[in-house]
Amino acid sequence: MLQQSNGIGRLAQELPSREVLLWMYERMTLIREFEERLKWLVETGVPVGAVHYYTGQEACAVGVCAALEPSDWIASTHRGHGHCIAKGVEVQRMMAELYGKSTGSNRGKGGSMHITDVRVGMLGVNPIVGMGATHAVGAALSAKVRKTKQVAASFFGEGAAGIGALHEAMNLAAIWKLPVVFVCENNGYAQSTPVEYALSVPHIADRAAAYNMPGVTVDGQDVIAVWEAAVSAVERARAGQGPSLIECMTYRYYGHHQGDDTHRYRTKEEEEAARRRDCIRRFRENLLEQGAVRQEELDGIDAANRKKIDEAVAFAEASPLPQPADLFTDVYVAEPEGERK
Amino acid sequence: MIAAAARELSFGQAINEAIRQEMRRDPTIVVMGEDVAGGAGRTHLGFVDAWGGPLRATRGLITEFGPERVLDTPIAEMGFLGAGVGAAMSGLRPIVEIMFVDLIGCCYDQIMNQAAKMHYMMGGQVDLPLVIRTAYGTRGGDNRTYGGGAGAQHSQTLYAVLAHIPGLKVVVPSTAYNAKGLTIAAIRDNGPVIILEHKFLGLRAKGPVPEESYTVPIGKAEIVRPGRDVTLCGIGRMTHICVEAANSLLAEGIDAEVVDVLTLSPLDEDTILESVSRTRRLVVVDEDTPTASVARDIAARVADKGFDNLDAPIKTVTAPDTPIPFAAVLEAQYTPGAVQVISAVHAIFGTGA
Repeated sequence: MLQQSNGIGRLAQELPSREVLLWMYERMTLIREFEERLKWLVETGVPVGAVHYYTGQEACAVGVCAALEPSDWIASTHRGHGHCIAKGVEVQRMMAELYGKSTGSNRGKGGSMHITDVRVGMLGVNPIVGMGATHAVGAALSAKVRKTKQVAASFFGEGAAGIGALHEAMNLAAIWKLPVVFVCENNGYAQSTPVEYALSVPHIADRAAAYNMPGVTVDGQDVIAVWEAAVSAVERARAGQGPSLIECMTYRYYGHHQGDDTHRYRTKEEEEAARRRDCIRRFRENLLEQGAVRQEELDGIDAANRKKIDEAVAFAEASPLPQPADLFTDVYVAEPEGERK
Repeated sequence: MIAAAARELSFGQAINEAIRQEMRRDPTIVVMGEDVAGGAGRTHLGFVDAWGGPLRATRGLITEFGPERVLDTPIAEMGFLGAGVGAAMSGLRPIVEIMFVDLIGCCYDQIMNQAAKMHYMMGGQVDLPLVIRTAYGTRGGDNRTYGGGAGAQHSQTLYAVLAHIPGLKVVVPSTAYNAKGLTIAAIRDNGPVIILEHKFLGLRAKGPVPEESYTVPIGKAEIVRPGRDVTLCGIGRMTHICVEAANSLLAEGIDAEVVDVLTLSPLDEDTILESVSRTRRLVVVDEDTPTASVARDIAARVADKGFDNLDAPIKTVTAPDTPIPFAAVLEAQYTPGAVQVISAVHAIFGTGA
């Protein structure tokens, strides 16, 4: 299976190192564990606000982030928990944010749809579809002007292919040759609207030609395929050759948001077929088949992740709520005394 | 004010000098927008710096700072303002020009949902040192004015829909002097600031501007003409209309004080309330349409917090609730002028025709 990866038009010259393979497995399963626990919390009535589960799409976030450096940037979507974890946002601070606690990544003032951690290059979950792409372009411009060699990856869903901001972002990135990797996670549905209804071409990647950038469609349920495509795109970006577009064919297992009944717009057969291609199970089986890792190592990671999420929930529950005065803080950026005089 | 400088600059030149001086000081400042330089990529034909923005406020910057820091953009307000937001989050200090405020409909999300809220909803972890410059206003029926006859989609004064957004600072300079100082203050601010520059003032107003760098504080109104009998509160070009009205009223024995609001958000209530506590009368003059306007907001705040100091009902002088007409005669009728301000004062005093 690893050899069958359908990459960016070529087989990867090298597979990821053992260390990276284990990291991929650890991140994918941590995302899954986080999302499954979150779903349980929602269903048991814990008020974690509006959430959009990433379950099923883990290979997309992890495959791309495995190709990035810690100093690189990502911009995300409303379905952003997976991107956050893949880029290294601590799950304790994420969970505390969902609980609306002052220890959260955003001090309880953002919630699921705004989780941000600029310390790890996570420019923000952003629920206004398409806007994250423009911000990634800005971060890439910043990298170019400041000559830092950073790359910015922009995650968006296939639903974003309908909004003008994405076109503007891609055109700007292309004419300015900015180090951007556009990553479309095509999960087939914009809320309940199927992609084949809303898209004028068979694939989002087809549109890359309009911006004179490479575009590829990869199996988004295969983390190695995503990684291969991302490695090429990141190399190209870092070399100053401009942006690329990667379309990852994927599937979200649950509804658009926590209350959405998927059976009003997609069939059980389709859902079952998608689950048979589960990115984590396939990756685990392949790792073991290849003899790349030992089963005990993977079991150990699974156990450690369960513990991490237990601890994240405990941390969130024990954390203090924001104080009334916090309503009024950070409306404006406080000017450090004398700093910019 | 800083000691009198003999040198006079136009409003646009003052903004240009502000940006230039700050760009020399700070290499992270970039300028972006449609035709901020103009003729992009045509240096091989000898074309550099073809345009320089509607007020020529960015002319010449590209020759000093180069195309990496002075970026002509395609027509893509949502895209390049978003790039400004992303750049401001990641180490640059962008100055983004939206050619006319009428175009904010094409990028309102970046202002309303993105720039203004980032610092707050991210729990204070990111600064957003972003300046948005945009031209506004009618020609006031003056056919000689640049931009004359621009009609309903290129003449508006849309600052109420900006001042309404928490987290965004909204600044409206009125003179070359405060245009330079407020622009420098906006560039140095670590949060988003939008500056509305009146087209009429941009190319016609001139005034003394010191060569050295200085700031005019954001969030402070200024009493530009002291008086005893009534406070005329003006915004942008309307401040000049207020001064014109005050000069006429003096001949009738009415001594009007003129307050230049300068920053619409956060509003300097204290200066306005203090002025009204002395004059005991208020007329607010605003070129914007009246429903849900800054003029009515100021009136409401004074009614709320300064009612006991008032000897007369508050009056507002604004444009009517109509789109802006093309014909000069109608545009002149649409735009508030000194005559309407004087009438409002007469109504307060129960004098005049």
